[in-house]
Amino acid sequence: MNIAKIKRRRRFMIILFCFIAISISVFLILNASRDSLIFFYSPSEVKTINVIEGKTFRLGGLVVEESFEYIVNTKVQFMVTDGVNNIMVMYEGVLPDLFREGQGVICEGKLDPNGNFIAERILAKHDENYMPPEVVDKLKETDQWKERN
Amino acid sequence: MVTEFGHFLLALSLSISLIQFLIPAIGVKINSINMMKTASLSAYLSFIFVLFSFLALLWAYITSDFSVALVAKNSHSLKPLIYKISGLWGNHEGSLLLWILILTFYSAAISYLGKRLPLKLVSLVLSIQGLIAVAFISFILFTSNPFIRVFYPNIEGEGFNPILQDFGLAIHPPFLYLGYVGLSVSFSFSIAALFIGRVDTLWVKWVRPWALIAWIFLTIGIALGSWWAYRELGWGGWWFWDPVENASFMPWLATTALLHSSIVAEKRDTLKAWTILLAIVAFSFSLLGTFIVRSGVLISVHSFAADPSRGLYILLLLFLFTGGALFLFAKKSPDLKSGSLFQPISREGALIINNIIFSSAAATVLVGTLYPLFIDALSNSKVSVGPPYFESVFIPLMVPAILICAFSPMLSWKRAIISNLYERIIAIFILSILITSILVLLHDGSPTAFLGLFLGFWLMLGTIYEIAFKIGIGKKLEIVLNRIVNLPRSTYGMSLAHLGVAVFIIGVTVSSAWREDIEKSISLGDEIFIKNYKLIFSSYDKIQGPNWVADKGTFFIFKNNINIGSLYPERRFFPASQVTTSEPAIMSRVFSDLYVVLGEKITENNSYAIRVYYSPLLNWIWFGIILMVLGGIFSISDRKHRLGYTGFKKVS
Repeated sequence: MNIAKIKRRRRFMIILFCFIAISISVFLILNASRDSLIFFYSPSEVKTINVIEGKTFRLGGLVVEESFEYIVNTKVQFMVTDGVNNIMVMYEGVLPDLFREGQGVICEGKLDPNGNFIAERILAKHDENYMPPEVVDKLKETDQWKERN
Repeated sequence: MVTEFGHFLLALSLSISLIQFLIPAIGVKINSINMMKTASLSAYLSFIFVLFSFLALLWAYITSDFSVALVAKNSHSLKPLIYKISGLWGNHEGSLLLWILILTFYSAAISYLGKRLPLKLVSLVLSIQGLIAVAFISFILFTSNPFIRVFYPNIEGEGFNPILQDFGLAIHPPFLYLGYVGLSVSFSFSIAALFIGRVDTLWVKWVRPWALIAWIFLTIGIALGSWWAYRELGWGGWWFWDPVENASFMPWLATTALLHSSIVAEKRDTLKAWTILLAIVAFSFSLLGTFIVRSGVLISVHSFAADPSRGLYILLLLFLFTGGALFLFAKKSPDLKSGSLFQPISREGALIINNIIFSSAAATVLVGTLYPLFIDALSNSKVSVGPPYFESVFIPLMVPAILICAFSPMLSWKRAIISNLYERIIAIFILSILITSILVLLHDGSPTAFLGLFLGFWLMLGTIYEIAFKIGIGKKLEIVLNRIVNLPRSTYGMSLAHLGVAVFIIGVTVSSAWREDIEKSISLGDEIFIKNYKLIFSSYDKIQGPNWVADKGTFFIFKNNINIGSLYPERRFFPASQVTTSEPAIMSRVFSDLYVVLGEKITENNSYAIRVYYSPLLNWIWFGIILMVLGGIFSISDRKHRLGYTGFKKVS
């Protein structure tokens, strides 16, 4: 085989491999993103947009003061608000460290037929002054935002 | 006074860096050796100034000088000394100063170790390092100055985020930054090479050790972060595919690819343009990582000290450096002649496949990480891309890489005759299938567990076989001993690193496939059964720490009814920041981890919410990473990889 031919063949192989890798990547990405995209809604959005029952999404807002209570054992419930609408959240498990009434919170879970939010996971930030940016936006929209320092 | 001194030195280092950027570059242009020679001096000076500036800030932290705004905001006089020190880089301004310190340290190291390298190359490299320093020092001085004073200082600081007060996290940023910023060296070398227009195997020999050092630190840095997350956050996991984690993982993937492609560039004088491109991409990823972490544009569970306006500046820098570098690359890379030829089935071929896979993997992680930004820009809805995406995209992509990795070190350069290897490959295949089947059947595992275990054993056996073959196991003892001594350290390095990957895969697979967890509320004296362990909740005390008070639970642990120790999970309350954190207690054994988290006290019935995790082989994740790092260290200790090695071309 002459050199040019080997070079051409090598280039062809590399391009072929790249092509295969890219197609596989694209296939995997398209295949995956359907279930792994998790939308983020505020309580108002949950009430206005028809969120599909049984679809996992994230609910963000502030924990309403004095709404938190234990039901049985580690089963808890609390209200999440964006200043306009409230949604009742049910959760079973140990709460994250920085969970407090009046603080920002992100819950991941689904709606039940009664319109309550069944949280599978409560996400906490590791910063005591944290507020989910989306919640800040929503609070600003509804004029509930107070600059804290 | 010390603070003002530090501020002044930082400003001074900006002008020195400007000189370091301009004079050598002009020197190269007009071919003035004297001007080129200034690069070294500027690099040393710049490092010394930044070092003293850093020490000045450190002094403010150690002495709890609350007249410095940054110290007042992030520190507290009652904090243990180590967290006063680590508090320096636990915030935006301080961490940026650390970034710059490490950058100038690398520049100084380049000039110290590069004395025997061509002057023109070193001058250009230092000039580019100087440009990066100018960009970042002006960033810190004009937007995030750590030395600003407050006019009416408080007696006490506001305290430091308690969740960050952990040894693993205290040393995590320096290591991570040594990795991130270390990538600037191979970046600068690449840009310099593009300017000069010549890349030879010697150039690769100089760059490779720097890339290797960056890789080692990056690996340690990521591992420390993940180890911290495991011990501190109380959900028993160690990786969440969070944007901030991905931000460190993308440069790691690119650097891993770079290390592999540079082997080809060094040994076979080909793939040079690709190696340069990877060096550029790796550093761009590290800038992108800094941007993601610092800007807070993405919803992350653990980003700290985020500020969007500052993020914009980093984004600008990212565009300038990456854009400029890629433009230069597009213009100059066609001039780089590629050397030797090879057949698709050869060591080169296998390494190219490795590179393609790692690059695709990095790209898919990038897509997943930035996807929420696109969606937000396009449709104004907030989404997040969760672990399922990464698991279903990243893992299948890595499968072929692991399959190839087991036998590619056995392939010969240029043209491998695969039929010579059939016997070995089949032997390894059968053996690993056998081991995996037995384990999976014995413990009732899932198909995913089967795949993971198979890949782990396949790679492990392949690597062991390969090294055994190289040292000639079965031959005469003296031959074997001779070969053990004479085998290059980089060969051991490779084997150790690959072995580490194998151990890591096994750890990840087993700890997730056979993990068990219990979440319930219990009262004093209650028992919990998990796997073959029994936990007894025996007592509950109040204890006092240096800057916290805690509730401490005591759990007696029994395995098969034998007491094997106790665990003491805590819930700490930090009065300074009014925050409660839980301190999980972990019993780490070679074959399993037992992990207990103490939750809140439920006052109604006087019980406590607790979580218990049993994760088999979780430790192997850390063992695997340690092996990878050791592999890197072995490689770098190889004589021909020493930094600044000028090389006598071996005749082979």
